[in-house]
Amino acid sequence: MDDWRESQEILVMDGRIKVPYTWSAGEVGTSYLEALRDEKRFLGTRCPNCDIVYHVPRMHCPDCFTECERYVELAGQGELVTWTVARRHYPPLSPLGGRFGYGVIKLDGADTGFLHLLAEFEEGELVTGGRVEAVFADEREGSMLDVKYFRPVKGVE
Amino acid sequence: MEPVAIVGVGMTEVKRERAADTVADLVFEACTKALADSGMGIDDIDIVLTGSNDFFDGRTISSMAVMDACGSYDKNVSTVEGDGTFGAAHAVMRVLAGWGTCLYCVHHKGSESVMPLITNAMFDPLYERFLGIEAVTASALQARAYMDRYGVTEQQCAAVSVKNHGNARLNPVAQMPLEITVDDVMASPYLADPIKLLDCGPISDGASAVVIASADRAKDVSGRPVWVKGIGYSCDAFHLGDRDLSKVDALQAAAKKAYGDAGITDPSGQVDLAEVNDAFSYMELMSLEGLGFCERGGAGALTESGATALGGKLPVNASGGCISSNPVLVTGLNSIIECVLQVRGDAGDHQVEGVGTAVAQGVNGPCGQSQCVWVLGGDA
Amino acid sequence: MAAKRVGIVGVGMTLQSSARRDVYGIELINEAVRAALDDARMTRKDIDAIVIGNMDHFEGINYVDTWSVDGSGALGKPIMKMTTGGTTGSTVAMGAYYHVASGMFDRVLAIGWEKNSESDTTGAIITAFDPFWDRPTFGGAVAGLALEATQYMAETGATEEDAAYVAVRDRKNALNNPYAHLRMELNIEAIMGTPYLAWPVKLGDMCPRTDGACAVVFASEDIAGDFPNAPAWVHGVADRHLWAYTSDPYVNQHVKGGTWFPAMERATAELYGKVGITDPLEQFDVAELYLPYSFAGLRYMESLGFCERAGAPALVRSGATDMGGKCPVNPSGGVLSSNAIGATGLLRVAEAALQVQGRAGDRQVPGASLALATGFGGCYWSDELVIGIEKPERNRG
Repeated sequence: MDDWRESQEILVMDGRIKVPYTWSAGEVGTSYLEALRDEKRFLGTRCPNCDIVYHVPRMHCPDCFTECERYVELAGQGELVTWTVARRHYPPLSPLGGRFGYGVIKLDGADTGFLHLLAEFEEGELVTGGRVEAVFADEREGSMLDVKYFRPVKGVE
Repeated sequence: MEPVAIVGVGMTEVKRERAADTVADLVFEACTKALADSGMGIDDIDIVLTGSNDFFDGRTISSMAVMDACGSYDKNVSTVEGDGTFGAAHAVMRVLAGWGTCLYCVHHKGSESVMPLITNAMFDPLYERFLGIEAVTASALQARAYMDRYGVTEQQCAAVSVKNHGNARLNPVAQMPLEITVDDVMASPYLADPIKLLDCGPISDGASAVVIASADRAKDVSGRPVWVKGIGYSCDAFHLGDRDLSKVDALQAAAKKAYGDAGITDPSGQVDLAEVNDAFSYMELMSLEGLGFCERGGAGALTESGATALGGKLPVNASGGCISSNPVLVTGLNSIIECVLQVRGDAGDHQVEGVGTAVAQGVNGPCGQSQCVWVLGGDA
Repeated sequence: MAAKRVGIVGVGMTLQSSARRDVYGIELINEAVRAALDDARMTRKDIDAIVIGNMDHFEGINYVDTWSVDGSGALGKPIMKMTTGGTTGSTVAMGAYYHVASGMFDRVLAIGWEKNSESDTTGAIITAFDPFWDRPTFGGAVAGLALEATQYMAETGATEEDAAYVAVRDRKNALNNPYAHLRMELNIEAIMGTPYLAWPVKLGDMCPRTDGACAVVFASEDIAGDFPNAPAWVHGVADRHLWAYTSDPYVNQHVKGGTWFPAMERATAELYGKVGITDPLEQFDVAELYLPYSFAGLRYMESLGFCERAGAPALVRSGATDMGGKCPVNPSGGVLSSNAIGATGLLRVAEAALQVQGRAGDRQVPGASLALATGFGGCYWSDELVIGIEKPERNRG
């Protein structure tokens, strides 16, 4: 019954789903990305009920649905909560070349972490709980990549 | 819970690439096997549920591709997107709501697309996606958080890979039976620290199906029914930075519910076998802790002690797990099916002696965000 | 133990519009969820489980169930995603119904949403069909429906003007619905004057692309009395989906004794049998039907048993389906007025619930107590639900 598979080449059709997307950032996302682009500032929002400062910002608290206070200004540096070094690169995805990684970073002033790239580090330099700082792109256009990456703060344990 | 049984199971052989089979071919094979196992014909099936994912399939309404193959013609039919444990849970709901029998099938062909591109699309388009994060790098962040928090070692994670690939050698449908050592895993290249190549499940093609029946209808089947003793599922926060990645709150909540249904108060004492998510080796360790088989941070030592090996006190992933066969979505249903086979005593070379109660786990989303737990047993 | 009877106790919908750029997708979902919770006077903590649905490729988000947790309220709760194409919203409703009917959960939130403004809807829909056999030639939803319309006209003698009557009716009804996307009063001449998209379907016959969300709270009979609004009970549900290929609806409808739109006819036969409907035009007080284009408002009426085959043009022109008629269809304005695809089927259910609860505002059908809601999608997938204010004597499936 399976003979044909051995005697015949199986045709495989190449395809690609090409759908362009235009994600609206909404009011909170727009304010956040504009602050990043125009002023190199990070904005969080604060739930007055739970007393949690969310970064990235939320319009409503995910837990109690109370409208969050806009905005809490956060520092451009913070604590590396966890990290990895990306050893295998997927060219269409990876925005950086060379040695780079990913980190969950809790900016000073925020209660939650956020995800970003790590670069400018030596082998063995990244440590959980270490200090990292944002390096901004020269050309900024209102996206998370307006921050090129985070790097370890030199001379700090 | 009212008694509901799994009365038939069917799995295709899982392979890296099954180019000769469309997803419909795979589903047809799995459904045919499940029906044959139950001794039922398609006319004995009241309703059908399918499981798939539009991204993995490169197809909007991905379930439409298997409508012919799943036997749903002229029956109520619906689709749960996501892991098989969730879809099968919904099949149980429909049986509890009054349908006598439900055929549930789920498929995956990882070979047909590019996994990092698809798992990258799980991440938020505004804040995360353009950073290039995908399943491996995200899981590495969780592995690091977990290992740093509890002092779990890479060798302990490697021991999971060694054990499960070894178990796969006894399972004829498994994709990657390997005889390897901890040193082999440690010597495999890093994909994203601390995750190495041999810590990861492969890319796989496969499909599986089960027939779920009410207690009344379970009387009619030829084989031995295996009973659903409990089901729980729960979801954690989405943004990785909102969660304590070293913990598995969602799994604990899901287990609490499932164990409550099943009357399990002492998981280590009452569960004879567990099929858990080990798409990355560290996940099996976190899963064992979330399922209450040991203290937080204790799963590495538990694994090294041999307790989770085939001959141990609590065999885990006797099938070889997702690390040996990883058709995403299908993996959770395969965990359920392995539990069914073990409880029935039909697991062949990887049969564990005297399995009365077994636990299966499945996940959706990045880093085990959404978790589902099943308890299965031999008695109604 | 018998299956639980299930009531709808809360409804929330967002403003439907061409582009909700003021909110991110998660925030749009949250807007509907908070409205539904407020309507039922519940908080997030009261919800036992959530079912969510949309179409993955319309927003380009994989695993929407896990991505949307901040908006859906699923943090620390069970959630699953159900997606069946155009039927997604009604599928989510049926999924939530089964969650409760099973006895596993008492309070289940159903969410349907879409931001169609964020992608190429037709481009994504084309990928619903088989990559080998259909995708290279399939022209998308409009062309597919035009084939059906052509066939319907050829077989029955129905005219474009008959279809335009349906478009006029639904578009006019939308004037009464503050949430509707398109609210326009057009006469038949105006509809006939709109440009052809694919003959015989004109712009005025077709649904829009919409951003919007809808959330509905389903509750078990054990607690359904604890809410401020009288429950709208689910009297029964049924669905069928018989086909997978684009040519099936126009060629294979006669296979196995099928007649016209066999998926809908078979679902209807099951549902009416369970609920006890023998004369839908008399027994239903209102119907919220998933009519993606005007010709569906003819052909589907026949498959739903509101009239004999080929009788729909006369039925709708009699005014029986207008506001004030025997069984008004789509008082909300229907899909022709708002089509945020993942929300659309759930909106039909939500509108049916509001009608039988007497809470439909300016679009209320006076005294409505029994309603039919449908979903349409896939390759002629048909979801159907009967919603009534009277508590059924038992769960009838």
